[in-house]
Amino acid sequence: MRVREWIIERALWLCALITVLTTIGILWVLLSQSLVFFREVSIIEFLTAREWTPLFVNKQYGILPLLAGTAVTTFVAIAVALPLGITIAIYLSEYASRRVRNAFKPMLEVLAAVPTVVYGFFALTVVTPFLKDIFPEIATFNALSAGIVMGVMIIPMVSSLSEDALHAVPKSLREASYGMGATRFQTSFKVLVPAASSGIIVSVILALSRAIGETMIVTIAAGQQPNLTFNPLETVETITAYIVQVSLGDVPYGSIEYRTIFAAGLMLFVFTFILNNISYFIRKKYQEKYE
Amino acid sequence: MNSRVRNQVRDKLFEYLGIFSTAIGIFLLMIFIGSILVDGLGRIDWDFMTSLPSRKAEKAGILTAWTGSLWLFFLTAVIAIPIGVAAGIYLEEYGRKGRLATLLEINITNLAGVPSVIYGILGLEIFVRTMHLGGSLLAGACTLSLLILPIIIVATRESIKAVPSSIKEASYGMGATRWQTMQHQVLPAAGGGIATGIILALSRAIGETAPVIVIGALAYVPFVARSPMDEFTVLPIQIFNWTSRPDHAFIINAAAGIIILLAVTFLLNGIAAYLRYKWQKNTQW
Repeated sequence: MRVREWIIERALWLCALITVLTTIGILWVLLSQSLVFFREVSIIEFLTAREWTPLFVNKQYGILPLLAGTAVTTFVAIAVALPLGITIAIYLSEYASRRVRNAFKPMLEVLAAVPTVVYGFFALTVVTPFLKDIFPEIATFNALSAGIVMGVMIIPMVSSLSEDALHAVPKSLREASYGMGATRFQTSFKVLVPAASSGIIVSVILALSRAIGETMIVTIAAGQQPNLTFNPLETVETITAYIVQVSLGDVPYGSIEYRTIFAAGLMLFVFTFILNNISYFIRKKYQEKYE
Repeated sequence: MNSRVRNQVRDKLFEYLGIFSTAIGIFLLMIFIGSILVDGLGRIDWDFMTSLPSRKAEKAGILTAWTGSLWLFFLTAVIAIPIGVAAGIYLEEYGRKGRLATLLEINITNLAGVPSVIYGILGLEIFVRTMHLGGSLLAGACTLSLLILPIIIVATRESIKAVPSSIKEASYGMGATRWQTMQHQVLPAAGGGIATGIILALSRAIGETAPVIVIGALAYVPFVARSPMDEFTVLPIQIFNWTSRPDHAFIINAAAGIIILLAVTFLLNGIAAYLRYKWQKNTQW
């Protein structure tokens, strides 16, 4: 009996170990291949040069255009998701009746369940033609359309995490505010939002990280043309879209062009890693506050 | 207008803004789905489901794509479910609480936030190159399994946490061992929650496109996969491929493919929601 228990515990331990090995694997793959890449291309050039053309004859390895593309699409997405998500969270948590909330919440969750390739299709075939009516000069592949759709996709993420944060505010604070004769609007914005601010910030940081790492929407709708611009009406290429572009082409294994995806992937990983950890520590801190 | 009226007006206005914001998300979803149904519904027929890919849009079908997705679904389930549930059990019940446990928790939170395209890069180097699996179904399933492990682990841990300790203590009091308690008391009680998490995770896996592209799944596979070592394509890749062609006939094909993909995704999410509802209802501790 004891032997059996021991074997089972070891087996379970091995499975848990896989999560650690995954992290080590990601770091190892990205770092080892990037190291080889940076032996041929200086890090300074990589971070400061203004052209990214590894797939052309005249090769330039400046990641700034890909960073700009990622920044523009992410910015648009957050500009859509942040005001809508937080308004929805406050409405559902403080205004809506239980019945309304129970009807709306699952519908919003559906937005998060739709595969991203489907969102990419929407962006290209529905949103871009619509934007063309408003901005005739807009490119067929543009950052605005991809960003808007990405924003719609992450609305449920912002709204549900922010709503949880609002719910976690002790009831006494709410009652004290209403007791003073405050309206729901005043209570929401003067008491609850400040009290839940760390939770709301966490939701925004996670949404940011999600938008930076999102791949298919930007690949389909924003284009595959590195462009150092912050104009959302132009075609751009994000870090993620570049990785897909290289994967679809026939770049020889082990070549420097092939290794660019690891250097680009490393950049992407660093950004999302930092954001995820900031949000983790903020969350830990505010959980302690109310417990 | 005195300040009391002004405050009430502001309060009411924000309520309308709230309704409007909530409705706009749902409204957009309906437009999206509506436009796709209009585009693609007429294209779905028996031929579409049973035809191989083709350069002519009217002749092309999704046979290799949906069989590939089905293969990937089952292979990923076979790999990810036992490992994920076992890891969740270990972390919740066996692992010592302490600094190491905190590190493991941070690690899993981080893995859940790693962009899926990075998992593709990991799979490309580890499974496709180092383990020589090539762009096979097995390599794809291993990659997607790593991607969804954090979801299954977190669901398992939370379902186990929800089981009251009195049940465990009663079991130990009867002389049951740790694993006997797990197998006969805790897991059956936590099963509904775990199953919900597993289905949501698998639904995520079959909707993924980027990681499968990176490990080298092909858009054009002219045969149905017969073994886990075969090359493959999946429905999302087929949709992506059709979406990126200028010819409008292929856009219609993509819309038809999306209808199938969405139907499966919503079905899985519906099952998960039902299981969660039933589980929560049956477990009033």
